[in-house]
Amino acid sequence: MTRPDARMDSPRVAGDTVLEVDDLQVDFPTDDGLVRAVRGVSYRLGRGEVLGIVGESGSGKSVTSLAVMGLLPGSARVSGSVRFRGTELLGASDRELSRVRGRQISMIFQDPMTALNPVYPIGQQIAEAIRVHQDVRRGAAVEQAVELLDLVRIPNPRERAASYPHELSGGMRQRVVIAIAMANRPDVIVADEPTTALDVTVQAQILEALETAKQETGAALILITHDLGVIAGQADRVLVMYAGKLVEAGTVEDVFYAPRMPYTLGLLGSLPRLDVRTERLNPISGSPPSAVAMPAGCPFTPRCPLAQDVCESEEPNPRPTTSDDHLAACHFSYRLDGMTPGDLFRPTSRDTEVREGPR
Amino acid sequence: MLAYAVRRILVSVPILVVSTFIVFVLASLSGDPLAELRTRNPPVPQRTLDLEAQRLHLDESLLQRYWGWITGVVQGDFGPSVQSTLQIGPEIAGRFLVTFRLIAVAMLVALVLAVLVGVISAVKQYSGTDYTATFAGFLFLSMPSFWLAILLKEAGIGFNNAVGSQVLFTIGDSSVFVAGGAWAEFTDVLGHLILPTISLALLSFAAWSRFQRASMLEVLGSDYVRLARAKGLRRGQVMTRHALRTALIPLTTVTALDLGAIISGAVVTETVFQWRGAGSFLLESVERDDVYAVSAWLLVSATFIILFNLVADLLYAVLDPRIRYV
Amino acid sequence: MSDRMGPDRMGPDHVRGPDRVEREFTVVERSQGQLVLRRFLRHRLAVASLVVLLLVVLLAFVGGALWRYDVGDLTGDYSQAPSWQHPFGTDAVGHDAFAQVLRGTQVSIGIAVLVAVFATLMGTIWGATAGYYRGAVDTVMMRISDLVLTLPLLAVAAVLGHNLGGSWWLIAFVIAGLYWAYVSRVTRGVVLSLREKEFVEASKALGASDARIIFRHLIPNALGSIIVNATILVAIAILLETALSFLGFGVRPPDTSLGLLVSSAETAVQTRPWLFYFPGLFIIVIALTINFIGDGLRDAFDPQQTKVRE
Repeated sequence: MTRPDARMDSPRVAGDTVLEVDDLQVDFPTDDGLVRAVRGVSYRLGRGEVLGIVGESGSGKSVTSLAVMGLLPGSARVSGSVRFRGTELLGASDRELSRVRGRQISMIFQDPMTALNPVYPIGQQIAEAIRVHQDVRRGAAVEQAVELLDLVRIPNPRERAASYPHELSGGMRQRVVIAIAMANRPDVIVADEPTTALDVTVQAQILEALETAKQETGAALILITHDLGVIAGQADRVLVMYAGKLVEAGTVEDVFYAPRMPYTLGLLGSLPRLDVRTERLNPISGSPPSAVAMPAGCPFTPRCPLAQDVCESEEPNPRPTTSDDHLAACHFSYRLDGMTPGDLFRPTSRDTEVREGPR
Repeated sequence: MLAYAVRRILVSVPILVVSTFIVFVLASLSGDPLAELRTRNPPVPQRTLDLEAQRLHLDESLLQRYWGWITGVVQGDFGPSVQSTLQIGPEIAGRFLVTFRLIAVAMLVALVLAVLVGVISAVKQYSGTDYTATFAGFLFLSMPSFWLAILLKEAGIGFNNAVGSQVLFTIGDSSVFVAGGAWAEFTDVLGHLILPTISLALLSFAAWSRFQRASMLEVLGSDYVRLARAKGLRRGQVMTRHALRTALIPLTTVTALDLGAIISGAVVTETVFQWRGAGSFLLESVERDDVYAVSAWLLVSATFIILFNLVADLLYAVLDPRIRYV
Repeated sequence: MSDRMGPDRMGPDHVRGPDRVEREFTVVERSQGQLVLRRFLRHRLAVASLVVLLLVVLLAFVGGALWRYDVGDLTGDYSQAPSWQHPFGTDAVGHDAFAQVLRGTQVSIGIAVLVAVFATLMGTIWGATAGYYRGAVDTVMMRISDLVLTLPLLAVAAVLGHNLGGSWWLIAFVIAGLYWAYVSRVTRGVVLSLREKEFVEASKALGASDARIIFRHLIPNALGSIIVNATILVAIAILLETALSFLGFGVRPPDTSLGLLVSSAETAVQTRPWLFYFPGLFIIVIALTINFIGDGLRDAFDPQQTKVRE
């Protein structure tokens, strides 16, 4: 699924980019202090592109997309710029944003068990999404809803449309949410950890449904997850986030096979992989910094084997590495050329008997 | 749904039956119906005491008395009163009818106000309105109902003096004689109703509005409300179609559970405003050690409460599809 | 790759000194109790209420003992307005109202606390047992609890209090005998949700007896809810007791309660307002402060979300 000519910062052909995020910052005032959830994230989303955003819990990946949709709690302080087809979304009124939401940008949330209103049948909830943006009669909307249910492979869609959410399994509910997201043929679909709350066996069904949604609507997809396996299979480009900042960005090839930021390397090393031979997983020790008391410099410093004094004092900005489109935020990204995760990160426990095979 | 309803009704029956027994035991143990006679001076002859005891079934065992009573009740006979001329059945019916007026209006007023204030408080969380409403809620929750009732009574008198005519009545549930036909009678009843209703409603309103606020807040922060907004519904539409609809459901249970407390509140309110309703009837009966009257009273109120809870349960199942199969 | 894992391969800077570790953990660890206390102290209203309540209690018990007049003293000053001699005035018979209010406060608080303690004790054990065993045991126990709740409590208390009434601790028992049902409902709810948690299964796997699980695991974890409800119960109990005494079925003369004082002053609101307002005010202050404290405790034990500062 690679597109060799998809560029991020090269001169843009007008109409090619659907979403532009520039220096997005989100802060939350809390009892413990100011939580700086997103600290300057920038990216572009091209038409029909699949962008994966990877990061652990607390990296700010979900908050970024909620900011794009304007769905953050009222206390959040947002700055920067989010432009959809040239129109600025940040600071827009509720009325303006309501026209965009569900029609041009839709969102799929993480927990399907609580995503749907328990007192309305699912067909009605899908039909509502249609009737908000299209002038259709209720009967026609329900018909469309049944079609959508069929598209996402819900068996017996006509009967099922009258069911209540609690009568459906988690996987089916998530597919209903996907059906709602694609109902109005949006240009962008944001999927925030769509498979995290579900069994692995159901995961494949959901990803398939997402694929259907993309093909039926031609929408660009922002896939947010902490699961690198999902990204590898679905995404064109990848964004890696850590502690509220973008630390690496590039195509799937770039990021998976030539990572240029130690955190990315560490992430890859903590996964079992079939395409590279490894004997042992190499986790990254330690935990991310507190979002309230963020120290100066690069936030990955305490866990980074390459850390030097400059890392503590100066936070690196994403800079081009192997190509103009492959950015990494590290002072020493050049040192990662040719490194494997095992070169950089030690395993935290050792067995006494490990057979060293041929390398 | 039907199966659920039938099951709930069937479960209520044994509860009601056991209630009747507890009620009768409580009433019987609460006093000696002959106490007043025994303490009279000059002393009442033993023969009279024995006759009275027989009339009041005191020569029978507790179980016999219960059986006699309950079988009588299902036929409409509530048993002998200490006041031999008093027919408990019709008397209680009339008294409860009067009290019903007060309770029904008070509950309605409290409910409407609670929803309004609770929802507004939740939507404008942490605003000045919210803090004021919260503080007022706490204040009324901490206020003794009888004290508030007396205060309102005084305020009513003051209001009447200021206005120059008797608009608000502070004694009784209606005037003895009202000239002017149906409309005048209606306004008369209304005038008698206002102050006691405010007194009774304020306490429930305080509790329910806080509950509604919490319920609304929970719903406003839920995933499905967020999804509704993500669909493109505007704030107002999300509020009415999704938030309010689900946030109002728990209130049905709360109102039903509070009915006992409201009846208790009515007892106090009637005492202060001197209504001849069920409340004063209970107090009079307890004073007189009128066991059968007290039993009847407790039975009627327990029945009301069980019935009301049943209705609330069924309403809940109608409103929330998740419950129907439990 | 060989198994050379020495620091020399990483370079001279790869030393995990103590200052490096500190950059990771920038939040201080605290124990559970400390966390609760800290959160409670952040509630200015709850803390202020606690202070006020303690002052009132001190005033009632210590002040009452030290005050120059006793409750029953006939001072010879009839129906006097508040003065330095009689801060709350006197009644028609010459009693010093200040002494009366203090004594009434003692009684009312005493009863309320006793009610809360007994009702909480009984209700917690009842509810925890029902919630833990579920099934038939739960149904029966909760039906009994429901039965108690189907009766209007003031009415039942009046019926019982009529015969048993008079001494304050009997009244406390009567009220507690009714309120435990509320506590049992709440506790059962908490236990129902707790028993599904893994630590209960783990205890059972280790061979813990049912009683041990209930008392050593479930109840301590439900403690937050229990304490909050017990606190609120004190406030409710005071309101019920004063109402009972007002109607004449609670505390009787020669002892006094705040409710009884209000009842005697019912007709005197215009002529001798000090006899009506002071007892009422005391009831309100006590109930209000307790309610605020309970609210603060609820937030301290279970903050629903990080509160956002405006």
